[in-house]
Amino acid sequence: MSALPDGWTMVVGLEVHTELRTDTKLFCGCANNFGDEPNTNICPVCLGLPGALPVLNQRAVEYAIRIGLALNCVVQNSSFHRKNYFYPDMPKDFQISQYDVPINGPGYLDLPDGVRVGIERAHLEEDTGKTTHLGGTGRIHGSDESLVDYNRSGVPLVEIVSCPDIRSAAQARAYAAELRSILIASGASDGRMEEGSMRVDANVSVRRGDDQPFGTRCEIKNLNSLRSVQRAVEYEALRQIALLEDGGTVTQETRHWDEDAGKTHTLRTKEEAYDYRYFPEPDLVPVEPTSEFIDTVRSELGPMPAERRATLVSLLGEPTDAQLDQLLSVVEQGLDSFVVAAVAAGVNAPLALTRTSNELAASGDVVATVDAQAVAATLLMEQAGELSATQSKAVLQEVIVNGGGDPKAIAKAKGFEQMADGALDTILDEVIAAHPDEWSRFCDGDDKLQGFFTGKIMAATKGQADGKAVAAGLRTRRSA
Amino acid sequence: MSEARPLDASDVTKVASLARLSLSDAEVERFTGQLARILESAAEIAELDLGDVSPTAHPLALANVLREDDVRASLDRDEVLSQAPSVNDRRFSVPKIVGEAP
Repeated sequence: MSALPDGWTMVVGLEVHTELRTDTKLFCGCANNFGDEPNTNICPVCLGLPGALPVLNQRAVEYAIRIGLALNCVVQNSSFHRKNYFYPDMPKDFQISQYDVPINGPGYLDLPDGVRVGIERAHLEEDTGKTTHLGGTGRIHGSDESLVDYNRSGVPLVEIVSCPDIRSAAQARAYAAELRSILIASGASDGRMEEGSMRVDANVSVRRGDDQPFGTRCEIKNLNSLRSVQRAVEYEALRQIALLEDGGTVTQETRHWDEDAGKTHTLRTKEEAYDYRYFPEPDLVPVEPTSEFIDTVRSELGPMPAERRATLVSLLGEPTDAQLDQLLSVVEQGLDSFVVAAVAAGVNAPLALTRTSNELAASGDVVATVDAQAVAATLLMEQAGELSATQSKAVLQEVIVNGGGDPKAIAKAKGFEQMADGALDTILDEVIAAHPDEWSRFCDGDDKLQGFFTGKIMAATKGQADGKAVAAGLRTRRSA
Repeated sequence: MSEARPLDASDVTKVASLARLSLSDAEVERFTGQLARILESAAEIAELDLGDVSPTAHPLALANVLREDDVRASLDRDEVLSQAPSVNDRRFSVPKIVGEAP
């Protein structure tokens, strides 16, 4: 995290849009499926045809409440408004959103380092269609034609607005990461930023010292990854500071983050800001969840990331900094259940954490369906010395690809038979006897030859020997 | 609201522009008069003491009209696109857009 020029501090608030994992759209029964053929999930409601009437999706309400409860929000009676503007991805010429009374009022989110960020609100609204701009650059400038796919039109969104409590670019990233973990843990969203199912806008301003009033803010759009959030906030704060130090003023405006150029540029100024003319949506009645319903939703919420990190910390005892980083990412990726299951099966916690944060995390989406007991059984074999680390990783790969399986059978099929007691000793002695010159140089202190002998022994055992046992065997023989 | 200045032609021009309506000078004049009378009628309500009346989001005494999250058949794409003014690559084609969505 780079520091700002002396005396300057930044003030950041984030607006995060997240798509809900419902089967259907917010106001119609069209499928909510990312990646379907263009314009196959469309109907009169989400195309905004005259006379079509919206009917609210019950599960979207439930998921919005889940998010509110996970963010410690006040869940309240709410209603819908029309937000009026003209843009081709919005065929009704208004977006149905929540305005003065959102379903979730004030709450908060605690970052892993303990800093608390206030949540102003988390409200329900509908997503827009997806516009593709054709033409010279493939982007908006230079295009002659725009193409619209309405599959996304009407997909349920929750917009989560933070209070301006964030004070650094790294903290902005940490907030977005923790929020993403919470959204996934709530089951309401898949948090996939690369598919646009979670999108971040940042409001950034700067001031000299924490006791000064907030400066003029700019809103940064198009932050499609956690990395972009951090880079864009850092860039924007430095841009504003340079401007002010040069005697200029910050203009309130919306800016676009260009990931490739690493810069923000003006999209529109306050003078061009939209006048949305909000008014109550006459086709929808208020949403008034009963306290029983809210309690049911609360009781069905699983443990949140903070609690799950605490579980891993307690399994590890006193985790190192490296282990803390590992468990943070393991929980963020929702893989902590593998660690817990392996430890319950008798695997030591550091081994379970390492294999989960490396081998399992690297395996992508398939990991979600992998049998945790098969993983645990593999790690138990490694722990007992029945598999070397290299062999264990190979067996684990097989378990991951197949979603499970019997690691003993996989090991046998791969020829990873357990070496008989004493077999390694015999091979060690044979290899040493076959290379007397190298051995005497090794004994005289030429440590480079350790690799030579290890390689010979691995070749002789077809990789079955445990690296640590080989090293130990060489060491004992050298000092004998 | 009760302190609001009277409606004038500039308000009508602004609202028309927001609604993408093209009005002649004569229409602006006519609608300014009509809209002003509507606002005057509404202003009468502001004279009532409504301190203990909660805002009405909806005239119907209904809440929680919800549906199950069950997928229903969508429209046939070819039929829908056949009625669009312009189509390209299975999508609706619209004129070049200046600026991004709000």
